Amino acid sequence: MFWSVTQSLLGGLLTTFQIFIFTLLIALPLGLIIAFGAMSKFKPLRYLVDVLVWIIRGTPLMLQLIIIFYGPGLWLGHNIWSGNETGRITATVVAFSINYACYFSVIFRGGIEGVPVGQREAGEVLGMTKSQIFFKVTLLQMVKRVVPPMSNEIITLVKDTSLARIIAAYELTFAGYSFMKSDGLTWPLFYTGVFYLLFVGILTLLFNYIERKLDYFR
Amino acid sequence: MAILEVKNIEKHFGSTQVLKDVSFSLEEGNALAIIGSSGSGKTTLLRCLNFLETPNQGSISVKDETLFDASMPLKQHEKDLRTKRLHFGMVFQSFNLFPQYTALENVMLSAQLLAKERPDYKQNKKEILAQIEEQGKTLLDQMGLKDRMDHYPHQLSGGQQQRVAIARALALSPDILCFDEPTSALDPELTGEVLKVIRGLAEQKTTMIIVTHEMAFARDVADQIIFMDDGVIVEQGDPRQVIDNPREERTKQFLTRYTEG
Repeated sequence: MFWSVTQSLLGGLLTTFQIFIFTLLIALPLGLIIAFGAMSKFKPLRYLVDVLVWIIRGTPLMLQLIIIFYGPGLWLGHNIWSGNETGRITATVVAFSINYACYFSVIFRGGIEGVPVGQREAGEVLGMTKSQIFFKVTLLQMVKRVVPPMSNEIITLVKDTSLARIIAAYELTFAGYSFMKSDGLTWPLFYTGVFYLLFVGILTLLFNYIERKLDYFR
Repeated sequence: MAILEVKNIEKHFGSTQVLKDVSFSLEEGNALAIIGSSGSGKTTLLRCLNFLETPNQGSISVKDETLFDASMPLKQHEKDLRTKRLHFGMVFQSFNLFPQYTALENVMLSAQLLAKERPDYKQNKKEILAQIEEQGKTLLDQMGLKDRMDHYPHQLSGGQQQRVAIARALALSPDILCFDEPTSALDPELTGEVLKVIRGLAEQKTTMIIVTHEMAFARDVADQIIFMDDGVIVEQGDPRQVIDNPREERTKQFLTRYTEG
């Protein structure tokens, strides 16, 4: 029994991990773009971004996931997500990416605005272009500032992946829960918890490593 | 011939007029000191020269080339702004070194980035980069920082940081080097080492504009001095004359306040 539970949970973990990693890969750059939008000199764009962030942060992620997964099928008459596991994971990644990008954007924005103006000005008088100033001067200082709040969000993301169960994606929590439903077993639930703890534990070590790596400057 | 001509510069922030009809010129190889109380517009003037602020009126030319003219359309100003900037170097009050780079990397960074735009960069990459490194090391050596090249800014004292900043500004060989209160953020005992470096540059006939509160230093080092008050140039001329025998009442008042401390 232990072995078959482990196998199921590993299967669920794979889905959880896929949602996690693809969401990060999309939401990190997307969040940066949204942060630039929020800091734009062009007012309509700024307002648009403000409204988007307000809506996304102001409504439950589970609700957003339901709308994104079922909405297209109901409005267009056919489901744009294929009905298999891949389709469910894709829809989840889309919903999560939009949601997390909005949270990330607020953190990025704080990180960029926290870099003293003098840094940009020093770059300007040295004849650097805007993109050179961002990539060579601002970026690393921003990264250093955002690591602690980002690690919080990213750890939350690990556990939020369990919301994908609502559209029947077979992720880790779903896997653990199924043994309670079918066999009345509760220990797989705790076993599931151990998987999450290990996942988050590895991430915590990674964040500590990054923080130490960036400790060489102030 | 004057290397720098500044004519009728006006600058306002909202309804506050910060610079009113400021005109002066500077000869090549001369050092100009700008004195005046806080809020007199000295720093804004320097920032206008470095295009960190855009003047509302007036013109700026270097070596007979008009870099800025408020009567030209805005598009014209943005054009080649980056290359225009390189006529001026800027040393900030708060150093503004890049914290993630060592002293040497700070000095080399902009030269390395500019080198990438050279047509022969790909062919001669190694030689160009070696040359930049050589130049960076020489400059830091000149600043008395030979043994600090691989230190990060937070490992350096304020005076050392400011000397790195001076080397960084010199690395692009600007026509005119600007200092915005270079010692105001320093402890008194660190002020001397920075002033010594600036004095050395003046002896080498570096064209400089120094906004400063160090009257004795301005009097000794500058070839020309400007006293500003409330956004206008009240008095300008020979530093000894202006500081020792000011003609204008406002200059007298300012200097008395200073000497009485």
